[in-house]
Amino acid sequence: MAENKQQIESDVEAKAPVFHVSSSPHLSSTSHDTRKMMLDVLIALLPVVIMALYMFRMYALQQLLICVGSCLIAEALFVRMRGKSFSLYDYSATITGVILALSLPGTAPWYVGVIASFVAIGIGKALFGGLGMNIFNPAMVGRAFVMISFATALGASGYIDAQSAVDAITQATPLTVFKQAGVSTPLWRLFTGVTNGSIGETSALASLIGGIYLCARRTASWEIPAGVLSVVLVLGGIINIVDLNASWTVLHHLTGGALLFGTFFIATDPVTSPLTPKGKFIFGAGIGALVMLLRVFSGYPEGVMFAVLLMNALTPLINRWTIPRPLGNP
Amino acid sequence: MALTIDGFAGSGTFAHGVHPPGNKMFSTEMAIEVIPSPSKVLLPLSQHVGAPCQSIVKPKQSVAFGEMVAKGGGFVSAALHAPITGTIQKNVVTTLPQGRRVEAIVIKADGEQLDGDALYEEILGGEWSARGLEKFDAQQISNAIHEAGIVGLGGAAFPTHVKLMSNDKMNIDTMLINGCECEPFLTCDYRMMIEAAGPIITGALLAARAVGAKNIAICIEDNKPRAIDVLQKAAVGTGIKIVVLKTKYPQGSEKQLIMAVTKRAVPLGGLPMNVGVAVSNVGTIAAVARSVQKGKPLTHRVVSITGGGIVNPKNLLVPIGTPIRELFDYCGGFKKNAARVISGGPMMGFAFTNFDAPVTKGTSGITVLTAEDVAKSKETACVRCGRCVDACPMNLVPTRIALASRNKDIDLAEQYNIMACFECGACAYTCPANIPLVQLIRTGKGLIMASKKK
Repeated sequence: MAENKQQIESDVEAKAPVFHVSSSPHLSSTSHDTRKMMLDVLIALLPVVIMALYMFRMYALQQLLICVGSCLIAEALFVRMRGKSFSLYDYSATITGVILALSLPGTAPWYVGVIASFVAIGIGKALFGGLGMNIFNPAMVGRAFVMISFATALGASGYIDAQSAVDAITQATPLTVFKQAGVSTPLWRLFTGVTNGSIGETSALASLIGGIYLCARRTASWEIPAGVLSVVLVLGGIINIVDLNASWTVLHHLTGGALLFGTFFIATDPVTSPLTPKGKFIFGAGIGALVMLLRVFSGYPEGVMFAVLLMNALTPLINRWTIPRPLGNP
Repeated sequence: MALTIDGFAGSGTFAHGVHPPGNKMFSTEMAIEVIPSPSKVLLPLSQHVGAPCQSIVKPKQSVAFGEMVAKGGGFVSAALHAPITGTIQKNVVTTLPQGRRVEAIVIKADGEQLDGDALYEEILGGEWSARGLEKFDAQQISNAIHEAGIVGLGGAAFPTHVKLMSNDKMNIDTMLINGCECEPFLTCDYRMMIEAAGPIITGALLAARAVGAKNIAICIEDNKPRAIDVLQKAAVGTGIKIVVLKTKYPQGSEKQLIMAVTKRAVPLGGLPMNVGVAVSNVGTIAAVARSVQKGKPLTHRVVSITGGGIVNPKNLLVPIGTPIRELFDYCGGFKKNAARVISGGPMMGFAFTNFDAPVTKGTSGITVLTAEDVAKSKETACVRCGRCVDACPMNLVPTRIALASRNKDIDLAEQYNIMACFECGACAYTCPANIPLVQLIRTGKGLIMASKKK
């Protein structure tokens, strides 16, 4: 050490470059960092946000502004309380806010969004130790909290708003209509998103575009959507075959509700999903199975949120089950 | 360039890995140059894997070029030979780039030295025959390698005679000559393949005879078409196959190379011989040819001095023991933005500051990186994106092992097979959160070693 120090000092005197040592590797890839990955998610959310703004106009804008604003304020507040350095630059709170807003009905009162945001960031994330340490998807923690606390604002009736100018959102959501009245919404409306629902979930097309972008960029792992969609396809297909007259077909299951939005934007949150490709597929498959279970047998019309939260809880266990075998280990 | 793996079961690549920029342009077109003979050399007694060797010379004694100055200290050890003619001086202690402090024999140059073209001719030139090698039996070849003090010149410095010996218990059917040189920047093996195809072909045949292997392949990544071309021509009629592999880091790692060519997985904790394969680097194999056919010891090696921080990057033929500082001087010194000096390449090499350290048998190159190269963003939290899992050529979960090591949770680190990691750096290279994964894993290994000693 003394020798090295002398060396450095003598180099400085000679105005030669100063050399430092460090552990290998000495190069790092600059093509992606955490911040760029988060930006990717925001870019992928654009089609969904645009569709939400088109469908729900001021309601969507209001909900987005409330949730993103509250999430950023909550993040700043909790980070300061924990005595950590500023962490807004990583965009993770922005993403939580956008996803939370998109998963709420546009007509939910302003305080619902604010409370959901503070619960998402505070209980969903900060309590566990901040970004990377949380077990549950923060946005879904916030949404679950307000869904139970303000059941009417987020229940079936919360989606019906007689004052709306847009025809589609004066009706109940497609899944609720089917659950209560047994009436199916036409597939093309589910696909394009001209229906009522949480502001970001209505358009299957918008979610698909964003989701494919995320998977192509490897920001989201394709194994998770593959797991969810294949199980929904298989289970929905079986139900379809058992009851051939059912008007809510497997395609309605795939395009309706929050399935695609949840699959591509919520389930793929890397922090709360398993690490290995195999684990990711199991995680996705579990979500698919739980969604179908909740949709078909429970009192709720939709089950994506609870399915994701339940599988989040199982993630540490899945990680433990799927420790990959090293090369050369029989 | 199309992959060529005819006659072997492998696919020409391995699972996972990364694609760092090759950065070979600094020195790839620089023909091997002989440096002026140094005024003194330092020969560390421990510059290989295994027991240190024992000095057999005394201060003030005169030694001639090629004379043995230290004998092997055991079976897994390698002798040292004088790379210059001169007088022995008092032993000194020097710090090698790896951080080890070792005793070294010092030889002060004295009298007539072989240098310039004559030295190039002596080490790499001459006539090499691919025929008539039947006169050497396996034992003779192994003995010649042992006496010449040859160790793996790719960087690992494992004594070569231990690898290349006939073994009654293990049936070795394949001899792989490693010319991948997957480390960014380094070009010494590439220059050897272009300029010294003769000894590589002869050495490959001799090595295969030593281990009794029927299949011989020289393995090169597809980003080196010129080397492939030269060796394909040189190998005509010898039965040696030139295997062209996909360019990917770490293709030159022994286990990944064996997988890519033969589709055999070396068991954890095992050796290539466990799956019937022997692997040796192109530079090593040229030294083998020289030791067997000409009876000459290992005294010189080719070193790449490269990177954006050096004024004139070059490939140099240098006497082992030359102080590294002299190589920098010969290459015009450092540029102003030079920021880190690494023994080896940037992925697995060691950063060091003691430029009086000598070139050892395992010094494949010195990479001088610039401030821009080593600029690192701040470390952020792991978001468990799994990119390190996708990069790990050993199929491990680097983030888990590293964070377990950081929390001193040895059990968890072992559960995730920390000891299977060979520190290639693919995970830390790719990590979007800039977590020093390899450094943490090394710390974890150290903790495990310490706990086992108790």
